[in-house]
Amino acid sequence: MNKSELQRKGAYGVMSVVILVILAFLFMFPLYWIVTGAFKIAKEYNSVTPVWFPTVFTLDNFARLFARRTAPLWELAVPFSALFTADKTPIMLSVGPTVPAAIRWLLNTVFMAVMAMVLTCITASMAGYALAKKRFPGRALLFSLIVCAMALPKQVILIPLIKEISAMGLWDNIWSVIFPTVGWPFGVFLMKQFSEGIPGEILEAARIDGASEWRTFTTIVVDLVKPGIGALAIFTFINSWNDYFLQLIMLGSGNNYTISLGIATLQAETSIDVGILMAGATLAAIPIIAIFLAFQKYFTQGITMGAVKG
Amino acid sequence: MREARTAYLFLLPSLIFFVGFVVFPMFICIFYSLTNANMNAKAATEFIGLLNFQKLLSDKTFLEALRNTFVIVLVSVPAVCAFSLWVSSAIYKLSGPVLSAFRCIFYLPVVTGSVAVTVVWKWMYDNYTGILNYVLKGAGLIEKNINWLGDSKYALWCIILILFTTSVGQPIVLYVSALGNVDATQIEAAKVDGATDFQVFWNVKWPQMMPTTLYILVITTINSFQCFALIQLLTSGGSGTNTVMYYIYYTAFKLTEQFGHFGYANAMGVILAIFIGILSAVQFKLAAEK
Repeated sequence: MNKSELQRKGAYGVMSVVILVILAFLFMFPLYWIVTGAFKIAKEYNSVTPVWFPTVFTLDNFARLFARRTAPLWELAVPFSALFTADKTPIMLSVGPTVPAAIRWLLNTVFMAVMAMVLTCITASMAGYALAKKRFPGRALLFSLIVCAMALPKQVILIPLIKEISAMGLWDNIWSVIFPTVGWPFGVFLMKQFSEGIPGEILEAARIDGASEWRTFTTIVVDLVKPGIGALAIFTFINSWNDYFLQLIMLGSGNNYTISLGIATLQAETSIDVGILMAGATLAAIPIIAIFLAFQKYFTQGITMGAVKG
Repeated sequence: MREARTAYLFLLPSLIFFVGFVVFPMFICIFYSLTNANMNAKAATEFIGLLNFQKLLSDKTFLEALRNTFVIVLVSVPAVCAFSLWVSSAIYKLSGPVLSAFRCIFYLPVVTGSVAVTVVWKWMYDNYTGILNYVLKGAGLIEKNINWLGDSKYALWCIILILFTTSVGQPIVLYVSALGNVDATQIEAAKVDGATDFQVFWNVKWPQMMPTTLYILVITTINSFQCFALIQLLTSGGSGTNTVMYYIYYTAFKLTEQFGHFGYANAMGVILAIFIGILSAVQFKLAAEK
């Protein structure tokens, strides 16, 4: 390498680092603007000249958000009871104390994401293992069906799905957003990729030792595909948390909203009150970002696995 | 066969959800697209053949939505691919913590969630209190405040910009790992032979990354086709930003009085699925030829 080439490379390298850092700030800016906006006083968030950093920190926006609407902290209904009562409302087993609706929405969202995550991880790791390691009639057909379903727009099937969900009496029930998430075949596909890596000899050895299929799965297979399950768990959690369209068409009443849906409704009702919207957006975004940052190692591994080996 | 029986038992829990909530609705979608079904359960559903599809071809709103959807896809897919490839090339050799910091930052808009992102962008685009007008005016790029989302000259581009920031996260993660997996000995060999950086990239790295590029093209295309939350929350399809996905939603749920709209919406869904299918197939074919 001669000197001029070194200089050119150096200049290019410095340039690209500078551009990257600027881009990084631009990508972080919306989040910064949400969080600082949530603590600004009305004069500052309504200012024509932007206030880059709040001069006074106020919790007033959160207070207004919480005061706006209340809901019981939980409502436990008899399963499918809405199908049988005269006015189509479910029979309640237990109703929690009244809290700000945003807290209930957060609880709904956490319940939804955790349930979707647990169910997806269990069903997908079982199915992925069977697809990767067992030979059975219909295997190729099933696998191509899974790949096709993944390439189809998910939102298109959600429109007919609403009829099915209504027929099951699940509309406006948090399970109506959990089940379709679990059904989405990406998890099976991902776990199949991970299960391909299980050495056949280990499974054979377990079989010779007299371990049952179920025991082999729970002790050996699950242990070997743990990174895959970790990746799938965090992936499903984030996707379910942020699947706004599904939540929008499936959840109808304020009490069963997720936090995203609650904030979206808030925007429709009061688009001029920026402070309250930023407080809501903060509540919606911060928990999921914290979870992402805590588990991002698994996450990166998961999205890479799904693509490179696919 | 014992093995087959075990396999089916392992598949069963997953299949219940997959068939019940994905495959079955897929078939209902096709079925309803041939009927005049309504959200109102009491209205009779009649089989009307391809009438919905015929009506769609002369539906101005649908054709405009289709055009907008294609503009979004044709602009955002190449932009996302090129941008994420450039960022990945610039960061993949950085040391561990710096690399993962960059990766996280570019992934942030995805994790933040479409609703929170949309709410803040709406504020930033605001005619009076928006930061965008302030900054652009300060930089002397515009003279008067622009009503970004209310002006059909700009609204679609504003949406594409947000879509772009929420789409590059995953491709960057994928490209970084693909670049890390490129065979180092081949790069060395090419350099010894006197290849320039660009030649190394084009002849060694690019072909090896083809499967990743293909995957990125497909997921970005699907994502761009499905652009919905941004439209619903920012413009409700106004200012020339209607897309097929939004029009499907609007037809299925907003026009409740109009008879036969549910079938109509499903017909649009089928058309959207066909377009995505064709595009994915073309991308696969192009990548296979490379």
